[in-house]
Amino acid sequence: MTKKKFRIFRFDPNKDKEPYFKEYEVDVKEGMVVLDAVIYISQMIDTTLAVRWNCKAARCGSCSAEINGKPRLMCKTRVSDLGDTITIEPMKAFKIVKDLVTDVSINFEYAKKIPKFNPKPGLPQIWQMQQISVERAQEFKRCIECFLCQDSCHVFRNHKDNYYIGPRNVIKTAIYDFHPLDSEDRTEFLDRSGLNFCNVTKCCQEVCPEHIRITDNAIIPEKERLLNRKDPLYKLVSKLKGRDR
Amino acid sequence: MNPEIKKIDTDVLIIGAGGAGLRAALEISQANLSCLILTKSVLGKAHTVMAEGGIAASLGDVDPQDNWTVHFADTIVEGVYIGNYRMAELLAKEAPERVYELERYGALFDRTPEGKIMQRAFGAHTYRRLCHIGDKTGLEIIRVLEDQILYRDNVKILDETVVTKLFAKNNRAIGAVAWSLREGIFYAISAKAIIVATGGLGRIYKVTSNSHESTGDGISLAFQIGARLRDMEMVQFHPTGMVWPEGVRGLLVTEGVRGEGGILLNKNGERFMLRYSPEKKELDARDVVARAIYREIIEGRGTEHGGVYLDITHKGAAFIKKKLPAMYEQFKEFAGVDITKEKMEVAPTVHYFMGGIYVDPETTATTVDGLFSAGEAASGLHGANRLGGNSLADILVFGRRAGIYAALYAKDHDLIKLDDSEVEQEVKRVLDYIDDKATEDQDPYIIIEDLRQTMSDKVGILRDPNDLEYALNKIYSLKEKAKNVRARGSLTFNQGLLGCLELNHMLLLAELIVRAAIERKESRGAHFRKDYPKKDRSYLKNIVFDYNDNNIKMSYIPVPEIPDDLKKYVKEEVYD
Ligand SMILES: Cc1cc2nc3c(=O)[nH]c(=O)nc-3n(C[C@H](O)[C@H](O)[C@H](O)COP(=O)(O)OP(=O)(O)OC[C@H]3O[C@@H](n4cnc5c(N)ncnc54)[C@H](O)[C@@H]3O)c2cc1C
Ligand code: SF4
Ligand code: SF4
Ligand code: FES
Repeated sequence: MTKKKFRIFRFDPNKDKEPYFKEYEVDVKEGMVVLDAVIYISQMIDTTLAVRWNCKAARCGSCSAEINGKPRLMCKTRVSDLGDTITIEPMKAFKIVKDLVTDVSINFEYAKKIPKFNPKPGLPQIWQMQQISVERAQEFKRCIECFLCQDSCHVFRNHKDNYYIGPRNVIKTAIYDFHPLDSEDRTEFLDRSGLNFCNVTKCCQEVCPEHIRITDNAIIPEKERLLNRKDPLYKLVSKLKGRDR
Repeated sequence: MNPEIKKIDTDVLIIGAGGAGLRAALEISQANLSCLILTKSVLGKAHTVMAEGGIAASLGDVDPQDNWTVHFADTIVEGVYIGNYRMAELLAKEAPERVYELERYGALFDRTPEGKIMQRAFGAHTYRRLCHIGDKTGLEIIRVLEDQILYRDNVKILDETVVTKLFAKNNRAIGAVAWSLREGIFYAISAKAIIVATGGLGRIYKVTSNSHESTGDGISLAFQIGARLRDMEMVQFHPTGMVWPEGVRGLLVTEGVRGEGGILLNKNGERFMLRYSPEKKELDARDVVARAIYREIIEGRGTEHGGVYLDITHKGAAFIKKKLPAMYEQFKEFAGVDITKEKMEVAPTVHYFMGGIYVDPETTATTVDGLFSAGEAASGLHGANRLGGNSLADILVFGRRAGIYAALYAKDHDLIKLDDSEVEQEVKRVLDYIDDKATEDQDPYIIIEDLRQTMSDKVGILRDPNDLEYALNKIYSLKEKAKNVRARGSLTFNQGLLGCLELNHMLLLAELIVRAAIERKESRGAHFRKDYPKKDRSYLKNIVFDYNDNNIKMSYIPVPEIPDDLKKYVKEEVYD
């Protein structure tokens, strides 16, 4: 059996002056993921190591971290794909609670501001929708709220200066916008939410464990909508047509 | 250590932010009452997000012959007649409205060509009945409920906050003490009514599809203030869990794979379900398929890693990627297997707990006043075996009812404040687990892993009386050891402390599971005894546990008889 070294970021804001790294050695088994090793460490070697996880199946989005500098899910990253020393750090875009655990509640604070789903008036009790028209939003609904996209986005990371709700919340807005029976106009909201600062680097799209094409399929169309909104002709046409789809 | 204790008064306290807890919260909020939700995981990450296959509701959008009476009958028959008929009736009647309501909250189900809701076949459902969103149905339910709740001022959520104790006065639930992992402080919560929606206990087993948080806390907490428990022997094994790599052993392979046409083969390439169940084949009830797979494996017809094959390759890559994207992804990422080209290896895994807190069918009231329970933590609906898809329907139908009746109760009753000294005593009990001189052998996870292994090895699909006795003795000895567990560190996100607290619940519930399994000397549904392989009419009843003055009492209660106007829909039970 081979052993690997796990260099893990440690920091308890209540008592540590500065963060430090601690190294643990773990026997590596075939097919093992990084989270297997971290759970082993936190249960059998050092129970003071704080780590957040729940499903261990890449379905809940709890175990986000930076593994060798890349934002990834620990439960979806195979140890065999990495070198002999593996460095694990918390996401840097969020405040640290302890060790690998960050406070992601800010994402919900932003989410609350999104104008909610607002079905068209006068719909019957039972709705009819075609598969083809629900598919666009269904792609975004795969989101497991791991917030790795938020972590990878340079605008969001530095949003103290430039307020930006981040790619996850643009996805959330797009879910409502692309709902075939929605009637709300969220362009004014997006205009206030920093979408203009996004310079389409696609970093968010690259790290998404659900392979959601965040930039191509949500951000760019939403940006176009923002642009069109300022165009008076477009306004008139969309008024006549009801909505822009 | 002198931690902060924050006091909160609320109309209704909801423990659990899975589908049941969130659905209940909506009702409380709509009744203009205040409501506090506590959850061990982060909001939006509860175990429910893992649900894949779908939600059962007899919309008849795909098979127009379907209606509530068929759904009702399927539920009773597959629960092998010890399920509560009234709960099954309510479920079957109310599930369609709960599904349409999700749609009005913004859920986007897969569609039929006519633009209706697509429904897929699932084990032992007479018709195609499971409404789904690819294989992410649970996630969608949580998200749309979350969306409803985020915007409400009278709902407060404290996530990563663990209830450590419930309090009752004169058999009335009055509040709870909780520990916030994130803040490293305690909360003392006084509430007019409390809803336990803490989900199941799969984590008591080593091989399970359940989330980390599914350690049965709420069932144990409620029991300790006097709530009756029922059907504790009924643990469902899902026929198909992953077997390899070791780290994902137990991870669910959705029944949707079989629903969409997947077939089971042994290592000789034989489609063995034709032998066990010539008619329903792969889509027979879970207990039947799970036992068949288990038999193939122990009789030497299993695969290299100790499973059988599940094959869907004949459906073609495009179909598989569209209908089962999460499964495609799961096998590719975790096992390096391309399920559009290769067979999967699968074996049974602990999946669902039919047993749990005894509730009144209409109101979800427990035997403790002011204490309600819904979802996997509650019992009665599924009897001896749960139908796939019925749990998501359960959490919405009875989550809603729990909310309605807890709100009514709260409107009718005054708040009784928690006693400060009792709160302090509880905080002290928790703090006593923290000890910076704790040694390695005081680590709670050593005992937890020992317990989980014991349950998987000895209290499995085919139950042997000697194994059960062995397990019970083992649990008693682990209980002794558990008195010494300690955790180093602070109150902030202390994994070790969480282990100490969960361990006690797991041991108590494991004991009840084994004791009930020993008691039921027959085979029914998920409970299969090697020494009593047949169903026995004299066991057409429910085993219940009560707890008073530190005494656990086991007894039987009769299954309420199905009234004639419903009986006509259900085929009569046969014994041989
Ligand atoms: C992989 C998988 C797939 C499934 N697929 C389906 C399906 O297709 N169809 C179907 O019908 N069913 C399915 N099920 C079953 C179904 O998902 C669950 O039974 C259901 O989601 C349970 O919901 P719940 O609301 O009762 O509890 P859960 O979702 O388990 O939520 C429990 C909540 O209680 C909280 N909690 C627990 N203890 C404490 C404590 N001490 N203090 C504070 N909070 C606490 C937890 O943090 C969590 O928020 C599946 C299950 C699994 C594992
Ligand atoms: S594409 Fe936009 S949102 Fe995504 S990472 Fe780049 S700047 Fe951020
Ligand atoms: S969009 Fe992708 S990366 Fe962003 S939170 Fe959702 S799943 Fe994670
Ligand atoms: S633990 Fe759920 S995504 Fe990793």
